[in-house]
This record gives sequence, C-alpha cells and structure tokens, in this order.
Amino acid sequence: MKNFCIIGNGVAAAGCIEGIRSVDKTAKITVVSAENHAVYCRPLISYYLEGKTTLQKMHYRPDDFYEANGCICLYGRQAVKIDKEHSCVLLDDNTKVAYDSLCIATGSSPFVPPFAGLDTVANKFSFMTIDDTLALEKAITKDSKVFIIGAGLIGLKCAEGLAGRVSEITVCDLADRVLSSILDGDCAALMQKRLEQHGVQFMLGDSVEHFDGNHAAMKSGAAVDFDVLVLAVGVRPNTSLLKDAGGEVNRGIIVNDNMETSLEGIYAAGDCTEGNDISAGRKRVLAILPNAYMQGHCAGVNMAGGAAVFDNAIPMNSIGFFGLHAMTAGSYFTEEDGGELYEEREANSIKRLYMKDGVLTGYIMIGNVDRAGIYTALIREKTPLRDVKLDVLKKNPTLALFFPETCRKKLGGLI
Amino acid sequence: MRESDIKMKRVYADEKWCLGCHLCEYNCAFANSGQDNMVRALKDKPIYPRIHVEENDNITYAVSCRHCEDPICVKSCISGALSKQDGVVKIDREKCIGCLTCILVCPYGALSQGEAGVVQKCELCLENACGAPACVAGCPNRALVYEERGEAE
Repeated sequence: MKNFCIIGNGVAAAGCIEGIRSVDKTAKITVVSAENHAVYCRPLISYYLEGKTTLQKMHYRPDDFYEANGCICLYGRQAVKIDKEHSCVLLDDNTKVAYDSLCIATGSSPFVPPFAGLDTVANKFSFMTIDDTLALEKAITKDSKVFIIGAGLIGLKCAEGLAGRVSEITVCDLADRVLSSILDGDCAALMQKRLEQHGVQFMLGDSVEHFDGNHAAMKSGAAVDFDVLVLAVGVRPNTSLLKDAGGEVNRGIIVNDNMETSLEGIYAAGDCTEGNDISAGRKRVLAILPNAYMQGHCAGVNMAGGAAVFDNAIPMNSIGFFGLHAMTAGSYFTEEDGGELYEEREANSIKRLYMKDGVLTGYIMIGNVDRAGIYTALIREKTPLRDVKLDVLKKNPTLALFFPETCRKKLGGLI
Repeated sequence: MRESDIKMKRVYADEKWCLGCHLCEYNCAFANSGQDNMVRALKDKPIYPRIHVEENDNITYAVSCRHCEDPICVKSCISGALSKQDGVVKIDREKCIGCLTCILVCPYGALSQGEAGVVQKCELCLENACGAPACVAGCPNRALVYEERGEAE
C-alpha cells in the first residue's frame, strides 16, 4: 500500500486527496494541517463578515470528507523539514510522517512590510484565514474606524465585508489605482467609484511613513486616525520547505505541467507554486482558487500512478463589489507588444478584449459579465481567431461565435 | 427512473427543428419557480431560465448545462456549492455566495445569475416537481430531446 503525505489543508490539498482517490482507493493519506480547521473556502471570509455565509457553510467539503476519503488529518501541526534521504516529513512536535510521494500545498502568507512604528499599533490584523477573520470581527464595533493597507483583492473584499459594520473605512495603496494587479486605470476607476458610493474612502498613490499607536502619518503628509488596522499589502508563497530540501524555487515553487517539483517524488500545488501561464507564455504564481484545485487534483492523480496534465492555466478572477462584477482573464498585451485591443464602454460597464498572434489572450469585463466563460475557454484553448466569427465574438460571448458545425459538435451533435 | 438513466442522459438541442420560440425558457423558469400557476409565476416579471436560446447564422438552438464529464465549474467553485452527483452537476444555492466564478469558467455559458444574486443552472428538473426536464417536455417541435449520447466535444 502506498503512503502519501500532503503538507497543507486548503483547496489544493482537497484537490490532491480527490485526485489520489480517483486512482487509488486504498493508499494511506496523511494531511498536515497548520490550521485547526477542516478545509474551508478562504475567499469566503469577507462574505462571512458581510453576513452572507456562516462558518458551517464555509466548509469546502462535507463534514465526513477526511473519513470518507480515508485520510488522517493532523490538525495544528506544522511541517518543519522534508527529509529527502529518508522520505519523511519532520513535524513541529518531532514526529515524522513517511511518504512514497509528497505534495506541498502550503499556500501563501501575508507579507507585512517593515513599517516604522508598526509595533505600537495594538489592533492590527491580516485577512487570510478564518482565525484572522474571527479576531478582526471581535475587534470591531459599529463605531470603529478601520484603516486597510492594500487596495488589492484581499484589502477591498475586506472593506466590502466590513462596510455595514463599522463607521469608517479608509484604504490606502502605493499604486495609483485599486486592484492594480488585474485592472488598468479606467476599469479600476469604475470599481473604485462603486466602493466609494458605499462609503469606502481611498488614499491612492500613498503609503504609511510611520505609525504612532492609532495614528498613521502618510508619505504625502496626510494623516489617518484609526482604531483597527488591516494589513493586506500582499502575499508570499510558502516555499521554504522545498527550498531547504534543495528544490528549485523562484517566487514560488517551480512545477511542471504534471505538478512535479525539481525533486523526485515531491509534487506541489496551489498558491505556493509557480507554474506555466499559457496566456503569457511564462511561469507565474497564479494564486487563485480554481488553479489550486486543478493543480492539486493533477498532482494527486500523478502521485497515485495515474497520468494527469494541467497545461492550460491562466490568471482569471471574478470579483464583485456591492453588486458590480468584474471578470478578468489571461494577459493584456499592449500595441507595443504586438497586441490588439477591442473595447466597448458605457457609463457603468466596460469590455476589453486583448488579442495577439491570432488568438484571444485576455479580457476585462465590468458590469455585464454574462457567459464570460466562453471567452475564458477561447484563451485557455488558444482557439485560433480565424476559426471563429470575430464580429460575433466582439459583440457578446455566445456559442454563436463558432461556425455552426463547431457549435453543433460542442453541444453534442446530432444522432 | 433508474440511476443509470440519470447518469447518462442530457438535454440536447436539434437545431433542425428549433423554431426559436423561447418556450423552453418559459417552461424552465416556471418549473423552477416552485409555483403551480404559470401565469402567476411569470406574467409581467423578469424570468430567470436556466436554458437560453441562441441564434447562429439564422439557426436557433437552446443551450443548457452539459453536465460535463470533468466540470470546470465544479473545480473552480470557491464556495464548494457546485458538485457532481450521479452524473448531474448540482448547485447548493444555500452555499453559493454569488461570486460568479463558475460563469467566469463555463465554456458553454450555461450558468447564470438568478433572482437572489446566487447562481442557477440546469439540474435536469430532478430537483423540482417535474422530475424530468420541463424544457424538453414543453418543446412544441421536439427540438429538445433528453437522451443518452455520450460526451460532447
């Protein structure tokens, strides 16, 4: 009987368990879980604050998930070292978990810049985990003034989650716009406006010079007084276990399309990895939930002796604030890079399609996002634009953008 | 209906016979409304069907969930609300928080936002009072069929 170990207990780990079990029903699976929680939906923590979900509903899988899949889950345990020679993982309680194959699914950790005076701030929080969220929830009252550092996905979802529960929210970011990793200026402005309409205030292109208790002096000379500080500057992949074992690490753990690391018998999946982004044609950290699951599943199948490939990863995000949805996917090449842009805009919606080398490489849609997945599939499948009706494609994502014969095949054809 | 039937059958459109009348959309919205009077359920209201008619070069056809062998919506769901059970891709609307990630990834455009902001999709009417697809039963020209064909492309 084979012996598998998974370090981490997030969505990539769940994918890995399900991948293993799709091939091997009997192998021993040990999951090392730093958090004292069964696998849950991390991106839902802001919805929890908003009251749109509950801790129970945030469970990613049914309550009997580990039992039904024959897994041993070691809660509250950290892996401290991979002992390659003896094929085992050393835990923080000095116990060892032996493995035939190992999957590193350690995720990422909040990155906290060394702000001067940060140690003088009493109420400061990250916003990554259930425990962070419960601690933050405890610290707020309806009179709280919350200061969020970082106008990325995490910071802004936090702002949305808190909006109805506190008196003031200010978000600052070094970038000159919100969601700078996925949106350009105009698109970002649309999302920012929606957040502002719901009371969120912004200080963009600015950062904290120093903290003095509940007072932040900004580089611009402005000042912010707050009761609660949320640090959402960014995250860093947790790569040290593999790096210390001599494996190849760049920003994330380098994986190939089979989710193998550079070390034999050791796989990696999820936010800790750096894999191929086919829309950009290079390796990138793609810290998004769908990729975590798909990488985990792929790793699991391969660990168990099956043959799985995950070779069409792209960045893609669906994110909404107060009912305004934005969807983004792929890579945006400018004209200088040989790209071509098609754009449609109205007062509260924008659609941008980015094309290069005869394929759709990316898009941004804000407002009307119906059926956006049809565009996403064109990017993932690198469908040649000569094989579709470009005028129909530009109008709306529908299957009618394919020629009838292709469309018929996609829908299952005739008898 | 036997388990094996449920596993394999899907709704297919035969565009040769589709009139583009959109009745499937109304039958779908009614079947999933939980009401017993079609007029009361749909008249003068926006409808939220889980099937939609498209037009391609004067050809019309209806599109609904393909219940893919390897559903990317299920793999991508950030709330664990989507799952595949007995061959049917199902949504737990209590768990769905309306992030629309499934809409971001579905290559068929088969999921949509429902009335309450959460996502809705075809569940082959196995979860409502019909027990078999209402779109198929109500198609006046038999342009929709519910049968076993194997996997689409």
